[in-house]
Order: sequence, then C-alpha cells, then structure tokens
Amino acid sequence: MLDKNGIARRIAKEIRDGYYVNLGIGIPTLVANYIPEGVNVVLQSENGLLGMGPFPFEGEEDADMINAGKQTITTLPGSSIFDSAMSFGMIRSQKIDLTILGAMEVSENGDIANWKIPGKMVKGMGGAMDLVASAKNIIVAMQHVNKAGESKLLAKCSLPLTGVNCIRKVVTELAVLDILPEGGFRLIERAPGVSVDYIKQSTSGKLFAEADVKEMDLN
Amino acid sequence: MINKRVADADEAIRDIIDGQTIMLGGFGLCGIPEKCIAALVKKGVKDLTCISNNAGVDDFGIGLMLKTRQVKKMVSSYVGENAEFERQLLSGELEVELIPQGTLATRCMAAGYGMPAIFTPAGVGTEVAEGKEIRNFNGKDYLMEYAFDADFAIVKAWKGDTAGNLIFRSTSRNFNPVMAMAGKITIAEVEELVEPGELDPDHIHTPGVYVHRIFQGSDYEKRIEQRTVRPRS
Repeated sequence: MLDKNGIARRIAKEIRDGYYVNLGIGIPTLVANYIPEGVNVVLQSENGLLGMGPFPFEGEEDADMINAGKQTITTLPGSSIFDSAMSFGMIRSQKIDLTILGAMEVSENGDIANWKIPGKMVKGMGGAMDLVASAKNIIVAMQHVNKAGESKLLAKCSLPLTGVNCIRKVVTELAVLDILPEGGFRLIERAPGVSVDYIKQSTSGKLFAEADVKEMDLN
Repeated sequence: MINKRVADADEAIRDIIDGQTIMLGGFGLCGIPEKCIAALVKKGVKDLTCISNNAGVDDFGIGLMLKTRQVKKMVSSYVGENAEFERQLLSGELEVELIPQGTLATRCMAAGYGMPAIFTPAGVGTEVAEGKEIRNFNGKDYLMEYAFDADFAIVKAWKGDTAGNLIFRSTSRNFNPVMAMAGKITIAEVEELVEPGELDPDHIHTPGVYVHRIFQGSDYEKRIEQRTVRPRS
C-alpha cells in the first residue's frame, strides 16, 4: 500500500518531457518533488503563473508571489505571469498537457466529485470544474477507500459532481486504474504488496482485472 | 490627461451604498484592496453582494466585512479557510453563489469586453448548470454564463498613474485586471502613484480608461496565508 508520497511518485512517472502541467492541491502538489531528472516540465498555477519554482528560501518569501494553494513560491527562468481570465483561457483551449487533481469520489463512467459535502463542508470548486471540463489528459490522485473502509471508486458518485465523464486515469494507494470509455475501472497496476483480490474488495464500481496484474515500479 | 486621483480610500468609496454589488480583486489574500476593505468596514455600508474569488480569512480581507455582517451575498469560487463564513453559510445568514473560477474570471472579462455572455464547458452536468441554457458546439455541451453587472469594482495594483493606468506585480495580478475592466465605477488602490509619463505605455496592464478613481495606499500588510519556505543548503 502506498502513502501519499508513493502515490505522487507513481503519478510523476506519467509526466513526459515538454509537458505543461497543472497540479491541484494536496497529493498532486507532491508530484513536483518526483519529476525525473532530465524531464523538462512547466508547472502552471491557475492563479496566474507558468513556470512555478520551488518554495523560497527563508526570509525571501514574497506575499505577492503565491501558488493556487496560497503558498509562497518562486519563479524560474522563463516563467510568465498573467491574469485569471488568461489562466483559464489556456486551460479551456487545452494548452495544458496534463492535469493532476484530487477527488472524494470517482465513478466507473468517469464522473468526479471533489468540491462539496452537502450540509457539512462547503469550500467551493475553485478551478476544478474548469479543469475537468476542458483538460484532455487528467490523472486523479485519491484514496481508494475512506476512513470507514468504504470504496470511493463507485458505480455512481453520491456527492455533488465536479464534472461528468471526464476522468480516464486514477492512481490510489492500492492501484493504477484506467476508466474505460464504455464504463468500468480497468486494473492496470497494483501497489507493492497489494493483491488483486484486495483491490476488487475495495472497488465498489465495476472492475475489470486480469488474474495477473503487474506490480507498480516506483523507481 | 484626465486626473482620477482621489485623496484616500474613504473618498474613493464615498458613494457605495447599501445593497450594491461590488467586485473585489485578489486571490486568497494576495492582491486584495486592503485599504478599501478597511474603509468599507469603517463606513458600515451593508447588504452588499461581493464578487470575489475568495472570502478572506476570519480576521483579514473580506473576512472583516463578514464579521461585521455587511455582506448579504458572496459570489466566489472557493471559500475555505474562513470559519465565520462557513458558520454564516450553514446557518443561512449568508447567501453564497459558488461558481467555477474560470467562469468567474471570464464573466468579468466579458463585462469589460462588452460581451453579454460566454459559453463554457465548466459545470456541465453538475448543479452549477441548473437552470442555465446549454448550447452544443462541435459535439460538446457548453453553459451560457452572463457577463457580471457590478456597481463598483475595487482593485489593488502595484503602480499606477493619475490617469488611471495600472501595473500589477507578480501573482497579485490575478483577478485584478479583469475586475478593473468590469465595474461601472472602478476604484484602484496602488502602492505607488506617479504622474502621467512616468510609466512606460508598453508596460501598462490596465489602461486608464477602465479606472475612474485612484489613490495611493500606505502601510500595506500583505498578509501571507501559507508561508512555505525551503532550507538553505
């Protein structure tokens, strides 16, 4: 079973040289720490920055320079800054090659829910609805089961949706899964030490799995 | 050049009245019009509809206006980080319209560009789409979203001149340029106000035609929400 950093490490392997990438808050942010040497990527922060650099050195924080998680950050040589309308313009027009975001639930037809728990938590969708509606390549980083042990990979989402029929790849603490265009999760890889049976038990939506599924290579 | 200078935040917001709709620039606490927010709290104007990406934190930004119950309705994309906001919302004291961040920005842009509406795929198939017209273009569904109609837009820039031209700094630009374009009356507060001719026309982000009042603020707090640093190696 993977921890959060393990999930981030596995997702980082999906990043190709030359990609413009938008990383959501939470586990997706950690992906930046595992981008392989020699793979050149430009990170977009939807508050208006391309070319997000590392956190500043202590004492060099600049209140005017933050990422979408409101963390102090830096720029890199070649960075650019723009307003929020242009930021979502480049997202909508599919200039961003890969979007990585978190989810509370994903369904077997590629629906995603990640912005609201009715009566309990109202934080808002931020840029997530824009991202999932337009991005051509989305990876969801999420927990396979909740704290009560219930699956978050469902036949149908129970929470208010963020987007419909838009997710094709999910990476969890247990597995890498594709979502098939005709519906259903397809098990691609297992986390180290996790059995296919355990993944089946932990997936409430329709799951297609061969008897022999390869283990993730995290190196 | 037309001189748009006003003395201070109090003069800039003098005619904002109860029940009006105001846009406030900023992302989180970055690039928010601190001085005008303080002046609005002092003035005590109430029943406001505030269009702003976020709602501040409990003791800063728009959070200050929530605490004094001056806000009737918030139109935002993300409102975490504010316990008082969540309390007022769940108890029904505060109305909130949550809209996707790109839709928020583009509805501002549309207002500034003189376009009545936009089409966006954000929110199709979700509760955001309820009651909205859907049009299909090239096989994909899009929601029709209207341009905002705001009585005032209040923005914060780094530098400006008395003709109203604005230059923003780093990611404090965010929503400020599109909101500056979208207000019936736009108020800009700047860290440094200069005379016309001192800013290079090639470097202007917001042309002065969009700005009606401008003043220089002082002692900006510029609070950092998440101070993240790395060790020096």
